[in-house]
Amino acid sequence: MEIRPILSTLRRHKVTATLVILEIALTCAIVCNAIFLIGQRLDHIDLPSGVAESELMQIIPVGIGKQADSHARATADLAALRQIPGVTGATMANQLPFGNQSWNSSIRLSPDQKLPSLNSTIYYGQDVVRIYGLDLIAGRNFQDDEYKWWDDTAGDDSLSPHVGIVTQALARKLFPNENPLGKTIWQGTNNIQIIGVVRTLTRPNLRDVESNGYSIIMPLRVTMGNFAGFVLRSRPQDRARVLDEAVATLRKQDPRRVFTEKRTYDEIRKKFFAGDRSMTVLLATVCAALLIVTALGIVGLGSFWVAQRRRQIGVRRALGARRIDIVRYFQTENFLLATIGIALGMVLAYGINLLLMVHYELPRLPFIYLPAGAALLWLLGQAAVLGPALRAASVPPVVATRG
Amino acid sequence: MFGYYLELAMRSMKRNRVLTALMVVAVALGIGSCMTTLTVLHVLSGDPMPGKSQNLYTPQIDPRAMDGYVEDGPMLDQVTWIDGMNLLRSKRGEHQALMTGGAMTVQPSDGSIDPFYANSRYTTADFFPMFAIPLLYGRAWNASDDEARTRVAVISSELNDKLFHGEDSTGKSIRIHGTDMRIVGVIGDWRPTPHFYDLNMGDFANTEDVFVPLSVARELLLPRSGSIDCWGPGGSAEESLEKASCVWLQFWVQLDSPAKAAEYRQFLLHYVQEQKALGRFERPARVELFNVMQWMDYKQVVPGDVKLQTLLAMGFFLVCLVNTVGLMLAKFMRRSVEVGVRRALGASRRAVFAQLLTEAGIIGLMGGLLGLMLAMAGLVLVRAQPAQYASLAHLDMEMLVLTMVLAIVATVLAGVLPAWRACQIAPALQLKTQ
Repeated sequence: MEIRPILSTLRRHKVTATLVILEIALTCAIVCNAIFLIGQRLDHIDLPSGVAESELMQIIPVGIGKQADSHARATADLAALRQIPGVTGATMANQLPFGNQSWNSSIRLSPDQKLPSLNSTIYYGQDVVRIYGLDLIAGRNFQDDEYKWWDDTAGDDSLSPHVGIVTQALARKLFPNENPLGKTIWQGTNNIQIIGVVRTLTRPNLRDVESNGYSIIMPLRVTMGNFAGFVLRSRPQDRARVLDEAVATLRKQDPRRVFTEKRTYDEIRKKFFAGDRSMTVLLATVCAALLIVTALGIVGLGSFWVAQRRRQIGVRRALGARRIDIVRYFQTENFLLATIGIALGMVLAYGINLLLMVHYELPRLPFIYLPAGAALLWLLGQAAVLGPALRAASVPPVVATRG
Repeated sequence: MFGYYLELAMRSMKRNRVLTALMVVAVALGIGSCMTTLTVLHVLSGDPMPGKSQNLYTPQIDPRAMDGYVEDGPMLDQVTWIDGMNLLRSKRGEHQALMTGGAMTVQPSDGSIDPFYANSRYTTADFFPMFAIPLLYGRAWNASDDEARTRVAVISSELNDKLFHGEDSTGKSIRIHGTDMRIVGVIGDWRPTPHFYDLNMGDFANTEDVFVPLSVARELLLPRSGSIDCWGPGGSAEESLEKASCVWLQFWVQLDSPAKAAEYRQFLLHYVQEQKALGRFERPARVELFNVMQWMDYKQVVPGDVKLQTLLAMGFFLVCLVNTVGLMLAKFMRRSVEVGVRRALGASRRAVFAQLLTEAGIIGLMGGLLGLMLAMAGLVLVRAQPAQYASLAHLDMEMLVLTMVLAIVATVLAGVLPAWRACQIAPALQLKTQ
């Protein structure tokens, strides 16, 4: 295909050609970044929690007025909940991954260290490792005699338990290339010896990619007065029934309370990532709309060009050009414009990405998005120009002879 | 003349229905998406206390131990009980209030309603006059009620509707967290957006349902919620929070002039130095004093996603406009013959230019109207989102006017280049080719 005649024609239609290039460049830049953002969000939404998600449920009670003996209340409640058919585990715990409410603490490697090594979330509750379905990859679980009541120890660190189970992410950060078992970490003035490591247990609230997995589990029992909730486990298909029966059981145990949450773990995850999900849909919609508008723009201008060049096309046909030559001509023209637009769009895409990196702590746009974006716009351009090109090919040679 | 241009424009648009529709839809999509996101941004970055926000301040001081000190590091967003009480009692501002959020159960005396959970605010008497809270019935409590720990409550109109069917409930009692309190006032329509005085409840949280004197809340140990930050030894047991090294209270002060604010800043600095001399504070003396809008800015209240959506919509609008310029160019150039005839018959370049811009303006107007409908549909979608701010997304008059103006101005601007190109056509040349 001879390119020179195309170039000389384009030179005579600088303004229109520039507009097409500009539109393709802007679309390319925005779509590349939007698809990248969608990928980031999807990764985020899929973040593993580390718990047996399909089997867990949560009920958060709030007591009315002062509770007489919260320890006895919690023990009796849990005993009753375990009687419900289908319940394979029941405990009271302060938080769940993605549950939004979180307890956090600074962790140091020695009591006189000036700046903390990291900030970790702390999970409290009896038998959390087993009931949450965590994967204990090293060390051991807590023994029964290691558990204490949280409110018995609050205000006095010397009464706090001195053993804890940590996540692999936290262990690797604090003790890279070392065996974390038996090591001591400090939470305020309380020393904690690491006795076990679990593979994953994500925070209730996300921060950044690195610290999302920093969690510690402490052998402390919590009660209703400590904002704790019931966590139940059953087979997935039993959950709806178990939740209803559990609330009824708890009401019967003590009617003087209100339940602020009653939900399966799936609902917790869904609610937590709802914003990200709607953002993904929005980004995808805008991408689609952009591509459609750009395609329509190419169709519109293409039709205009064809109409404008009817005589030129007629002359070419009369001089022996085949229909396919005319189609090729318009396709090549579009390919040239798209290529310039895409090249410009790449630069623009990196510019936008840099801007987003500064303002939204996004990573750099991976290189792969550029050829992918280019291919997408080339295809779009070719598809859009096909209609006008075919119409051009149907111009009869006889047009050349008419005034 | 304008009427004639309108007629010409209408005819031309009828002749090229598809092209006209393409342009109108492109403008409408761009305008619709821009307006939807701009409205959300407009609502979220608004002033929660118009006319008053510049006089309301929250101070930052740093009572923490030297441990973990970083020069120019972030300060604490809340105050301890001791500092809060000291600032409150010094009465240096027009009004000042110390507060924290909570949530507790309400037991209706009406047996047909189950006990339920309501958000609450524990604060001091000045809260109501300082934030100019409108009262539907009754009054707020006063400083002597704070002092005497009178068991009184002010409730929201929503709660009043729920419990007392909207009737004047002052003097009646309400059972909260197992204790009876006397209702002294019902607040009217008041929802500052953002929830600036305590962002821990959620940046765009709804106004609390129950307001109780802070002294009463502490005496009864009413359940708190929000954030608490502790340091050093000693725990954070609920009963002894007054003495704990923890920040958990918000303090706001009204200072009616910049001079008074400067004075207050000096006072704060003196206070910190005094506390250092007493040995209570360890860190180098540093204070901050934010007014409402500075505080919103510092806390980055407008969600990043909303800003991102706005940027995205603007980019989309730009593409739509470039598209419109191209289509309009195509349309106007196709009419070279008509333009040539008009020019030959004596129309000046200026007249042709004006005529073509009128046509562009009409496309803008139609695009704007369609865009407005799209924006309204977009906002319905936004309101269906799970975000806390979702229910606030409504188009106001300001945004409505802006939509139409933006649509018309943008399209007329987009029409300038095509119209200018079209009037360059030499009349003779066009006539000759016929």
